[in-house]
This record gives sequence, structure tokens and C-alpha cells, in this order.
Amino acid sequence: MATVQTYRAPLDDFRFILEVLGYDAIHALPGYEDYDLETVLSLLSQADTFCREVALPLNRVGDKHGVKYDPATASVTSPPGFPELFRKYVEAGLLSLGHPTEFGGGGAPHAVALFINEMITATNKSFSMCPGLTQGLIEAITHHGTDDQRARYLPKLIAGEWTGTMCLTEPQCGTDLGLLTTKAVPEGDRYRLTGTKIWITFGEHDYCDNIVHLVLARLPDAPAGIKGISVFIVPKVLEDGTRNGITCAGLEHKMGIHASPTCVMSLEGALGELVGEPHKGMKAMFTMMNVARLNVGLEGVALGEIAYQTAVAFAKDRRQGRAMDPEKRERGAAADNILVHPDVRRMLLEVRSTNEAMRSLAVFTALEIDRAAKATDPAERERGADLAALLTPVVKSFCTERGFQNTSECMQVLGGSGFTADWSIEQYLRDLRIAMIYEGTNHIQALDLVGRKLPADNGRSYKTFAGLVREAIDRNAGNAAIADLVTALRESFSTLNQLTEWLGSREVDGEVVGAVSSAYLNVFGLTALCHQWVLQAEVASKREGKFFETKLKNARYFAHHVLPRVDSLAKVVRAGKRHIMAFEADEF
Amino acid sequence: MKILVPLKRTADPDNANKIKIAPGGAKVVTDGLEPKPNPFDEYAVESALRLTENGTNPKARLAGDSVVVATFGAKEASQTLRQALAMGADSGLLFEASDENLDGDLVARALAKVVEREKPDLVVMGKQAVDGDSNQVGQILAERLGWPSATFAMSIELSQDKKSVIVGREVDGGVIKLKLALPAVITVDLRIVAPKSITNHVTPQTHNYQEGARYAPLPMIMAAKKKPLAEAPFASLGVEGVKTSYVKFEAPPARKAGIKVKDVPELVQRLRAEAKAL
Ligand SMILES: Cc1cc2nc3c(=O)[nH]c(=O)nc-3n(C[C@H](O)[C@H](O)[C@H](O)COP(=O)(O)OP(=O)(O)OC[C@H]3O[C@@H](n4cnc5c(N)ncnc54)[C@H](O)[C@@H]3O)c2cc1C
Repeated sequence: MATVQTYRAPLDDFRFILEVLGYDAIHALPGYEDYDLETVLSLLSQADTFCREVALPLNRVGDKHGVKYDPATASVTSPPGFPELFRKYVEAGLLSLGHPTEFGGGGAPHAVALFINEMITATNKSFSMCPGLTQGLIEAITHHGTDDQRARYLPKLIAGEWTGTMCLTEPQCGTDLGLLTTKAVPEGDRYRLTGTKIWITFGEHDYCDNIVHLVLARLPDAPAGIKGISVFIVPKVLEDGTRNGITCAGLEHKMGIHASPTCVMSLEGALGELVGEPHKGMKAMFTMMNVARLNVGLEGVALGEIAYQTAVAFAKDRRQGRAMDPEKRERGAAADNILVHPDVRRMLLEVRSTNEAMRSLAVFTALEIDRAAKATDPAERERGADLAALLTPVVKSFCTERGFQNTSECMQVLGGSGFTADWSIEQYLRDLRIAMIYEGTNHIQALDLVGRKLPADNGRSYKTFAGLVREAIDRNAGNAAIADLVTALRESFSTLNQLTEWLGSREVDGEVVGAVSSAYLNVFGLTALCHQWVLQAEVASKREGKFFETKLKNARYFAHHVLPRVDSLAKVVRAGKRHIMAFEADEF
Repeated sequence: MKILVPLKRTADPDNANKIKIAPGGAKVVTDGLEPKPNPFDEYAVESALRLTENGTNPKARLAGDSVVVATFGAKEASQTLRQALAMGADSGLLFEASDENLDGDLVARALAKVVEREKPDLVVMGKQAVDGDSNQVGQILAERLGWPSATFAMSIELSQDKKSVIVGREVDGGVIKLKLALPAVITVDLRIVAPKSITNHVTPQTHNYQEGARYAPLPMIMAAKKKPLAEAPFASLGVEGVKTSYVKFEAPPARKAGIKVKDVPELVQRLRAEAKAL
């Protein structure tokens, strides 16, 4: 059987989410005047067509062919069609849309670019990493580069003439960047870098002529550990056209994203220039991390979406067994459509009721990033920055973990046809697994949430978030149509508040945080999803039509079948560290 | 050279929700179908753009050339015009009307009025709209204008002096080539958007277009917001009255299941005895 790949961007959902989350306020911000909702939707619709017709047909091709490395020339060859795909992606204006207009970008709000990322990730995850990393680099240079660096790099990157990478990881240094050893020695107004970086996504490729690497390294006088790291721009080809001393020494073989090269990069006296201040590299990395982590979180939504659409297409066609209720049996047929089985419905609803709320939460966070960047009122900017900082680790970890679970659930809907290659779900599952690992493992997100984000500024950002949830509860106190949803939110919110308070108490030491923060993040995530559902249901309950009825049904499924997991997770959080730390190392 | 392209917003017949017929056969119900530009009209826009550009720089019209798109329809049809502007057309005209009060003849008369005002050198349009599938407007328009016309175009060659075109028409059994003096009306068929179907003596012979109507790049969608799009009531054209009235709509009979035959003799026998095809 030929491979099935089916996808249509959920444009109606995109529109609804933007309406519910008050997109008009973002459109009114200075710089976003051109991006009214109708314009945004016509852009997204065009992007959907591109992703479906151009990117999706290459997804399987990329998985099968993978990337090839030639040691003689240290070059990487992409699967057939991929360099052209990149050129077309750039020509279609998809890469430049969200970047500053003064360097040739479209100047669209982050929230708009986020939807485009979702669509390209859903239809071709391997490919999407190249524009994704380039986006990260553009963000880094925009915020931390000098005017001169911006002028020299941004136009080329935004025009897709060059692409970008992030070079952090080294063999001895993954999560713990303090262990980093790549050296940078000053030479004139530049630096010579020497060291080995591993697992560098799109470190080498054949999409375009030049690659700009953002490299973390240590200056000779650097303090030890994480406080001694600086950031450098190291281009593959120097301004005079000569090849710089940064080369690809090999590729990894891996579980998924086969069309995305994962490179060992060897730096041998490569010329680089400093970005930002010496030794303050980590600070610079953190500002761009919000956007990058948000986008990784969205990978869970994207692949969950395409897997869901595939599972629905399969389910509507497949007949096995008979409906339990004789009334629902189709006369004259030997078997009924599997959608009659409650468990098949349950699986599909597990996916949809979480995915639509995760998308909403990601967009909510992106809109706060936009607010932080563009609002004229400093209090608004602070609110935006606080919420974005607080919610980013939740989106990154919750959406990737749940997205993987969702994709697996979709595979289950297909039975054996999910595990075999024909319907492509097995590829989506393999491609998505990495999202729980890179860009800071999911547990590191939980530590970031509990250790850094909750206590920052005396818990200001949590208070802001809690204020919004309370407002939604109060506003809907008399809304009988969604009373059950509001009650569900009130209960899980109360649990979240208790756990948050407990985590700030004296009895909680570092080990306890390590033991329970991942479970706590999931309580946070489920509550935040329920908040999004109440916001959506509030609007849907006042409108008429099938779309809105379905929205309310999804919200109810979530509140009654998914959200109760908060209680068991809360128990796990309260169990603390005792039964984890009780083991001696030799007992493992 | 100025080209006028009439456009129609249609309900996408390929949509999964499918067209339905109202009880009693009073009308065709298109609720829940996604509105789309009529594909043949999109090909007409693509053809007009190819005629007025250097294919190596598709963002700009050639000096002195322009493409105007026009539609008669609901207010939302301005979306369809914006899409054409984003592809590269220069300006749009929306004459507000309800589809139910239009028929092919009235549309052709209204277009004749638009032609009087806009004075294009060429009208390029789809051979038919995929909703009604009438295939008449181009022919009636040419007749009313007294212009030469070529229907079912699968190739267009614009002469160097821009005074005539040679149109390849798709006909049963092959292609017929007609030479038309401008101004003229051309209605286009599917194959007009093949990589080399249009020649304007500016785009290099070696240039290969992407098959199909072009994607509007996102920056062009933004730029299209600033292009002129004039709106006026249909009545302002000074034509009225439909000649067509519908008696009843019926869905075509469902296809009967096919049968398998065991060999050629059986096939021949059945074709002769049952299908009476031989
Ligand atoms: C396909 C792929 C692409 C990648 N792309 C890039 C790239 O482009 N650029 C780049 O720089 N890197 C890249 N990476 C590297 C990636 O970011 C790292 O794998 C990730 O940061 C985790 O580091 P690690 O693999 O060394 O795991 P480790 O840090 O060794 O962690 C192992 C386990 O220990 C846990 N752990 C570690 N430290 C702690 C702690 N303090 N507290 C609690 N638990 C802890 C982790 O959560 C994890 O479960 C990529 C990796 C892969 C596989």
C-alpha cells in the first residue's frame, strides 16, 4: 500500500484561539498594525497550502534517504528535494515573516510565526529544524549583537542566503554547560576557537553556501564553570571567501529526524567574533531560549495534530467488531466502523482535548512574548515577560511529553497499521521523541520552573498567572453553561496553589525539588490547559454552530477525563523524596 | 498591454462536506463548503501574469503592462481579489451582487460594461466556473463586444508587437491554433499552466514555470493589502435581468457497482448484449 500522509492545518482552530486570546490587543501594538486577523489568516492559509503540497510529500523521502556524509570533502548531502524545498520555503516568505522589517523580515507577531512553525513541523519535522535554528540565531543577534553585527548577518540570514546553528553541546558537556572546554583565544579584534562540538543540528548541509554558527566557548581568563562562558559567531565561510576552520567531522545515526543532519563539528583555530560581553554568554542564551523552547514545545502539538488527523482518517474507514448497542449496528454490514467503540473514541479524545489546549497555551505564551517586546506601558511589558518566563518551561516539557504520548495513542488507534510504515505514524513518533531531550531535557525545564521561575521576584510571575486564572473563574461564576468546567478549574487550581506554596516552604530542600518538580510541572500544565479550556468555552458557550458545540464537548472531555490526573500527580508530589533517595547506588 | 481577468468565488466542490441539494430540489446547498477562487480563473490570472512579466523576475509587471481583476459577488469575494493581487495583479474591482441574481448572460453583459470602462487589450478568463459548469460567459462576452475569441486555450503566444496572439485550443483529437488580432477574449483550460505554455518574447525560452497557478509569497500578501481595490454596487454597471430560471435540482444517480468479466470474449459479448455499445 502507498504511504498515507494526510494533513490540513486546523485554520478554524487558529482563528478561534486568536479571537479567544484577544489578538486584537496584539494587533494594536506598535509595529503590528498591518497584521489584522483577516490578513493573518490569509497568510496562514497560504502557508498551509505550501506545507501540505510542497513539504509533506518529502517527509517520507527524507526519512528513507536520510543525510549522507562524505569524509573526503567533509560535506553533507541532503535527501533529494530538500535543498529545493529550502529555496521554495524562503521564496514563499515563510522564513522571513516573523523577523524585523529593517533587515528584510515581515515584522509579524511571534504568535503568527508560531503557527507557521507548527505547520512546517507537522508536515516535515526534519526540515523545519533548519529554519528553526536560523530563527534562533537571528533572535540572538538581534538582541545581543552590535549594530555592525546585525547589519552584516541579519539580512543574509533573514533572506535565507545563510542559515544558523547553535553549538553548545560537547562530549563531556550536555546539560551541564559549566563543563564546557572549547577555547577562544583573542587575535586582533577577533578570536581563534578550538574544540569539539557534538550533535549540532544542521552544522553542515547543502541548502546554501554559508552557515553561521553560534558557538559557546571559554576565553583564556574565564572564571571556571557556568560563569565563564562567552558566545561567538563563527561563520563557515569568512568575509573574504576563504573557508573557516570549522568543519563537520561526521554524522550521528539516530532514531528519527533522519533528514536533519546531527553533526560533530570540529573547530581548529576557527575565526570568530564575540557576541555580547565576555563571560556573560549564558545570560545572552537565556533571552533567546524562551522562543526556542516554545517552538520545541510546539513540536509536540504539531506531530500530535498530524497523527490525530491520520488516526481519524483511518478510524473513519476501518470496520472491526460490532457496536455494543444493537441500535448502533449498521444493518447488512459484517462489522461496524471502529468509531462505535468507546475506547477508540477515548483515545482520539485524549489526543484532541489536550492538543487543542496545548496549542492555545503555546499561543498564549507567544502573545505574552509579543506584549513584552512591543507594549508601550512598562507594566504590560513586565506582565508579558513574567508570564512568558513562567510558562515557557511548562510548554516545552508538558507539550513534548504529552505530544509524544498523544502520537503513541494515535498509533494505537491504527493497531498494526500504526506500527507498520504505511500510515507514517511510526515516523511521527520517532521524529518527535527527541523534543523531550534537546533544548534542555524536560526535567531541566521542571527544575527551571520550580528553582528559578517560581521564586523569582518574590513569586511575582506566579501571582500574575494565578490572578488570570482567578479572573477566569470569577468571570464565569454565573455562567451555567460551563459550570462544571469552572468547578474543575477551581479544584485543580486550588491543588496547584497548595503545592506551589509547599514547594516554597522550609521543609522542601534541593533533593525534594529534584524528586518532585517533574510531577509538579505536570500539575501546572494540566491546570494551565484547563484554564485555556475555560477561556475557550466561555466564548464558545455564547456562540452557535457545530464548531462551538464541538469545542464545548472537547472541554468537557478534558475536564472530566484528563484533568482528574491532577489528584494522583499531587499525591506523587507530596510523597517527596523519601522513597527515591532511600536506595543506595549499588541497588540500581 | 492591459489584461482584464474576471474571477469568481466558488464553493469548493472537492471539499469533504460535499454539495447537497435542498429538500424538494429548490437549490444547491453549499453550506460548510470552503469558498475558493474558481480554479480555471486562477489559471487565467496565472496566464495574464505570465504574459506581462519576465518569468525570471515574476514580482514585477513589464513597463506599460498591467493586470486588472474583477468580480461580481458578495462582499467576501474581495478576499478572492486580494489573493489575485497577492499573486501579482495590479488592481481589483468588486461589484457587489448576490450569486442568485446572476446568470451567464447577465455576467457577460456586466463584463462588457467593465471592458468599456477599463479598456483592456485582452480579456483572459477561465473556460467555466466549477460550480455551475456552464461554460458560456467568455463566448457571450466576445459576441457582445464583437471581439475575436478563442476558448479552451492550452497555449498563448503573444506577438512581439503585442498586436495579436496565437492561441492553441484544445479540441477533440488535438490542438487547433488560432491567430487573433487584439483586443480579444481568451478562455483558458487546465493545461495553460504547464511550464512552457505561454510565450511573450520577454521571458527566456529556456525558462520553466512551476506547473500550476503560483503561490502568493507571504510578503506579497502583505503588499497586496495596499493595492487598489475598488468596490461598487452591481447596479452601478447599469445592466440587469436574468434570463435563466431553474426548475429543479437533482443529484445524479448513484453509480452502480461494476462487474468483473472473466475474459475478452465475455467482455465483447456483454458490451454487445447488455451495454449495446458495439
Ligand atoms: C538529534 C539531536 C540534536 C541536537 N541538536 C543540538 C544542537 O543543535 N546544538 C547543541 O548544542 N546541542 C544539540 N543537541 C544536544 C542536546 O541539547 C543534549 O542532548 C541535551 O542538552 C541533553 O544533554 P545530554 O544528552 O548530554 O544528556 P545529559 O546531560 O548527560 O543528561 C542525561 C540525563 O541526566 C539528567 N540530568 C542531567 N543533569 C541533571 C541535573 N542537574 N539534575 C537532574 N537531572 C539531570 C538529564 O535530564 C538526562 O535525563 C542535540 C541532541 C540530539 C540528540
